[in-house]
Amino acid sequence: MNGLLILIPLALGIGLLGLAAFFWSLRQGQFDDLDGAALRIFIEEEGDEDRAR
Amino acid sequence: MSAALIERDFAVPDIHCAGCIAKLEKGLVADSRIAAARVNFTAKRVHLSCLADAELPELIGAFSRLGFEAHPIGDGAPDAAAQAADSRELLRAVAVSGFAMMNIMLLSVSVWSGAAGATRDLFHWLSAIIALPAIAYAGRPFFRSAARALRHGRTNMDVPISVGVLLVTAISLYETATSGPHAYFDGAAMLLFFLLCGRWLDSVMRDRARGGVTALLRNMGAGAMVLDARGAGRWVDAAALAPGMVMLVAAGERLAADGAVTSGATRLDLSLLTGESAPQRVGVDDRVHAGTLNLDAPVLVKVTAAGADTAIADIARLMGEAAQGKSRYVRIADRAAGYYAPAVHALALLAFAGWMAAGYGWHHSLLIAAAVLIITCPCALGLAVPAAQIVAAGELMRRGVLIKDGSALERLSEVDCALIDKTGTLTLGRPVPIGLDAVAPQHKPLLLALAQASRHPLSEALARALAAEDVPPAPVAQLRETPGFGVEAEWRGRGIGLGRPRGAITDDALATELTIGGAAVATIRFADRLRPDARAAVDGLRDAGIAPGIVSGDRAEAVAPVARTLGLTALTGVSPQGKLAAVARQRAAGHRVLMIGDGLNDGPALAAGHASIAPGSASDAGKNAADCIILGDRLMPAVDAIRMARRTQAIVRQNFALAIGYNIVAVPLAFLGHVTPLVAAIAMSGSSLIVVGNAMRLKRALR
Repeated sequence: MNGLLILIPLALGIGLLGLAAFFWSLRQGQFDDLDGAALRIFIEEEGDEDRAR
Repeated sequence: MSAALIERDFAVPDIHCAGCIAKLEKGLVADSRIAAARVNFTAKRVHLSCLADAELPELIGAFSRLGFEAHPIGDGAPDAAAQAADSRELLRAVAVSGFAMMNIMLLSVSVWSGAAGATRDLFHWLSAIIALPAIAYAGRPFFRSAARALRHGRTNMDVPISVGVLLVTAISLYETATSGPHAYFDGAAMLLFFLLCGRWLDSVMRDRARGGVTALLRNMGAGAMVLDARGAGRWVDAAALAPGMVMLVAAGERLAADGAVTSGATRLDLSLLTGESAPQRVGVDDRVHAGTLNLDAPVLVKVTAAGADTAIADIARLMGEAAQGKSRYVRIADRAAGYYAPAVHALALLAFAGWMAAGYGWHHSLLIAAAVLIITCPCALGLAVPAAQIVAAGELMRRGVLIKDGSALERLSEVDCALIDKTGTLTLGRPVPIGLDAVAPQHKPLLLALAQASRHPLSEALARALAAEDVPPAPVAQLRETPGFGVEAEWRGRGIGLGRPRGAITDDALATELTIGGAAVATIRFADRLRPDARAAVDGLRDAGIAPGIVSGDRAEAVAPVARTLGLTALTGVSPQGKLAAVARQRAAGHRVLMIGDGLNDGPALAAGHASIAPGSASDAGKNAADCIILGDRLMPAVDAIRMARRTQAIVRQNFALAIGYNIVAVPLAFLGHVTPLVAAIAMSGSSLIVVGNAMRLKRALR
């Protein structure tokens, strides 16, 4: 039983973490343009410099 | 940058690759008025943050300098935003129920594999703690819809789902509190998860199609250059145009409002408005209508009616009335639910009454009734329709057909006769150069160089045709366009020009002339042409058992050759009301009418047809009214859409049969009390997987 007291909250906690991460990414708009996100990796790196500035 | 920024959205249909994204995002911010640009590739849209004084034509100009055609998207789509919020809420519910299902299953597996006593109770309590909030949150879409249906004294699929989920949860809670052996929390969460997946798929399909349609809308005549008393021009949005203003309409522009010509003479293309294929000559004091395309020369037009008062608005009213019949259509899932829901409730009640009569006590009887409810709850049934329809819609989208929603697919599969518009539907609806082969090969590069420089419809048609022949443009210098006359340039020290023929040409024909050093060397005529596969598409319709016929607003002389070529009967010179009446006549004769059309004049008939298809080149009104839009110059996708719709309907029926077959096996088991939570979990996920797998077969339906 002792193991359960640690493992079950751990399992639930990790699950909740995943759920929270999913909600966060949904609110960030990461699911708004799925096809575009796949293509953006082909764009040359200048965009990163823009963001750094 | 301190000046206030405004946000604007543009539809840019030509975004195809990563290169386009990079080019647009970097190229647009090079314009000093544009602060930021963000491409949404999925929706084919660009979001701009720009200075408040940046006018629409300048922004569109910034796009066209990069080689893209952009159409402004107004704020007039709160409907679409609400839809997107809807599917986002569903997605959140899917995530919550998925999380709950997985964690409860984790605990349930331990119970099934032999946990007993205090451990089992602990696991049941943990399951309850996870399940209750999750069901309260994720079940809301079903509870809301069921409550709405019950308030109106109707029943739908959501009623047995809601009753089942709530009853099962309540009984499981009681079982947990009294240290019972069986709790069905996993079943309830799993049921919600599968059903929400189906609901979400359905909503994603609608959103995607709607996004595609919005991107296609051209916002016909989105505004006009208005001249003030001193003759200075300023751009005014269509909504802000008022009677009395004077618009300067350049060649190649669409009119944004009804009016009367005050200066200049030109020819107008009425094909989107009336279906008439021959251009109409207008001069001073002639009345002109919004939505028509100016072909020849710039004219000044005094606005007489704008917005809701235009001739277009009358057609819109007709469309609104015609569309009401379609909203009464009951979708197949709801029809099935009409029979299914009472049967499910009766079975559960019967099980309860039977076990009570046998003297097993209300607790045991209620448990059996709950098992019957959870087994019969239409898990597979809820997925049967959306899974098939989204696979079909995805497959059709890859073939250039946009289906607006699931009900459109269902209606499309039922049509048995077709009324087809001529101009713009059977034909391309735009001038195409004829007899290009007669032009000497050395003149073609010159033609292309000149035609490329102009946005005139004839120049664009010519440039498109020559580009298709892989003709390289000739190197020319000093290109300049004189509106109403043509394009001139310098080539090898000689002046060349492309413009209106000076010789005698009959009024009806559209033509342009190439001159070198002032002497005419080639004349190119233009005419509207049949779509390349019109014949094959008409034959395809006949093969599918659909009787086609033409209804056209054009004159009989113009329709006759098309009707003869395709072997179709035709109604000619039909008004928008006439087209509506033609649809009503066929319907009265017991037919289910498929209307295929593009023009504003087809709008009411498109809205009234049992199902309707519009080509991507159609008027905005036509695209809004149609159930389904085909992209590109080919007509064959329309036939593909019908075949796919019928195939989808067959798969949906198979799925229903599978779900019912599964019930025939499982319900007696549940009735006899053999359905433990483990059996319910296996049965539910198994039947759902089979239904989804069967739907995937649609991917190969058109091959």
